[in-house]
Amino acid sequence: MMARRLFARPARIAAIAPYLWMALFFLLPFAFVVKISLSQTAIAQPPYVPLIPLTEGWAATRAALAQLSLDNFRLLISDNLYVLSYLRSLTVAAVATAIMLLIGYPIAYGMSRLPARWQPVAMVLVIVPFWTSFLIRIYAWINILQHDGLLNKTLMALRIVREPVTWLSTDTAMYIGIVYSYLPFMILPLYASLAKMDHALLEAAADLGCSRLKAFWLITVPISLPGIGAGILLCFIPIVGEFVIPDLLAGSDRMMIGQTLWLEFFTNKDWPVASATAVVLLAVLLIPLLVYQRLQQRQLGAD
Amino acid sequence: MASHSVSRLSPFNVVSLALGLAFLYLPIAILMIYSFNASRLVNVWGGWSTRWYVELMNDQAMLAAAWMSLRVAAVSATAATILGTLAALALSRGERFRGRTLFSGMLYAPLVMPEVITGLSLLLLFVAVQTERGFWTVTIAHTTLTMCFVAVVVQSRLGAIDRSLEEAAMDLGCPPARAFLYVTLPIILPAVIAGWLLAFTLSLDDLVIASFTTGPGSSTLPIRIYSEVRLGVKPQINAICTLIVAAIAVVIVAASLIAKMSSVRGESAAPL
Repeated sequence: MMARRLFARPARIAAIAPYLWMALFFLLPFAFVVKISLSQTAIAQPPYVPLIPLTEGWAATRAALAQLSLDNFRLLISDNLYVLSYLRSLTVAAVATAIMLLIGYPIAYGMSRLPARWQPVAMVLVIVPFWTSFLIRIYAWINILQHDGLLNKTLMALRIVREPVTWLSTDTAMYIGIVYSYLPFMILPLYASLAKMDHALLEAAADLGCSRLKAFWLITVPISLPGIGAGILLCFIPIVGEFVIPDLLAGSDRMMIGQTLWLEFFTNKDWPVASATAVVLLAVLLIPLLVYQRLQQRQLGAD
Repeated sequence: MASHSVSRLSPFNVVSLALGLAFLYLPIAILMIYSFNASRLVNVWGGWSTRWYVELMNDQAMLAAAWMSLRVAAVSATAATILGTLAALALSRGERFRGRTLFSGMLYAPLVMPEVITGLSLLLLFVAVQTERGFWTVTIAHTTLTMCFVAVVVQSRLGAIDRSLEEAAMDLGCPPARAFLYVTLPIILPAVIAGWLLAFTLSLDDLVIASFTTGPGSSTLPIRIYSEVRLGVKPQINAICTLIVAAIAVVIVAASLIAKMSSVRGESAAPL
């Protein structure tokens, strides 16, 4: 016990470097996003009206503060483009997450039922694709889904379709890409909670005359709820802001908010509007983010 | 529990496992096979060939981007491993300290934060302090993101190990820093190495954050691949992707061998 307290202070000292790093490079930058989202667009390099001149005295600071405006946020609300992008992002994330829950659950369940010595192998097999490049995995699907790609060839050889189907630049392709990329994030937390389950519970339920489906619903699902929650958040939050997958696989007629932000920033060079878009996106994700934090803290902090 | 699970694999379990793994691996396998296609037409099989690899070796821009990516990944993974391990130590051994909630919040949020937000915010910081953008800004950005992954990996290991060893060391008068270096660190080393490897591959993989934080003239490999992929499928891209996947596979095998060796050594060393 004595030693435990002895270790506590140096551990606090260990916190200093990572604390400062994250404060400087994660927290502080958000202040700049907020500030620039409130400033005016300018044709300049960098393309916005400069910083609040704190060094030039109170009067100059006040003058600069007076220039801050909510114009960019008004634009976000009034222009359909942005509202539709946010809605589309939320819809796509919700649908994709639901699909992954449906696909991932049987896989995670199957993993948890493997003989104990095979379970780590199955886990590695699920994790390995996560280590291979994200971009490469999307590119692999472009290969398969293109007009004369393998999927169309297979479907035509099997005489399921006569004409090649257009897959690329459709929502279907985008959903395939998202599910493919994020599936491990759904499977792993599900598996983690299912692996802890005592299968004797299911046997007991069966002995007492409970049907398998009912036992699954009444025992397995409640036990895996923390895994379901973690999987949903781990997928939903980043998908809402996803850029690469919709950009490469979906059509260009409707955009997700990550694409809109990217477009405003890189193509239109409108940094203030891009910043405002990021601020609103962050606000939309704040609640799921906080719930996720609580889950993480409980999971890793419980020792 | 294990004895129960042996006989409990139903046909449904087997099918869902097999389909799931096929779904995860087939696309990459196809990509790798087609990188050896002799035909210029990406969808017509023209026999085996390594011509696209040869062509790749003459693509100076691609090679420069790969070199940049490797350097960024090596430096940022090393920095991230040091910072992430310290953070994990603080979280799992520091008990309560002021700002702990904020600290853990800052460490967990980047794991799920959409990359466009992280990238944009870092860029605005770099512009505000008028840094020249390029190698170092991308490295700092990647360190920030990947140290959080390292922290989680190491923290879960720290939570699982027996604390009595380090406590015994300190009860016997060993200063905490030395107790960490000689007792704790050897035990958590596999997790620290795994954290470094994860950070390395995440950095090598990142497109969005690098696009925001890099400057003109210094493209990373994903930025380069992305601009090519937007124009369509090319055999050279299949080749470079295959090389990356192969490199990562080697890294993973090496990592699991290290983990195995350290666990074997740990067991044999335990009686001493």
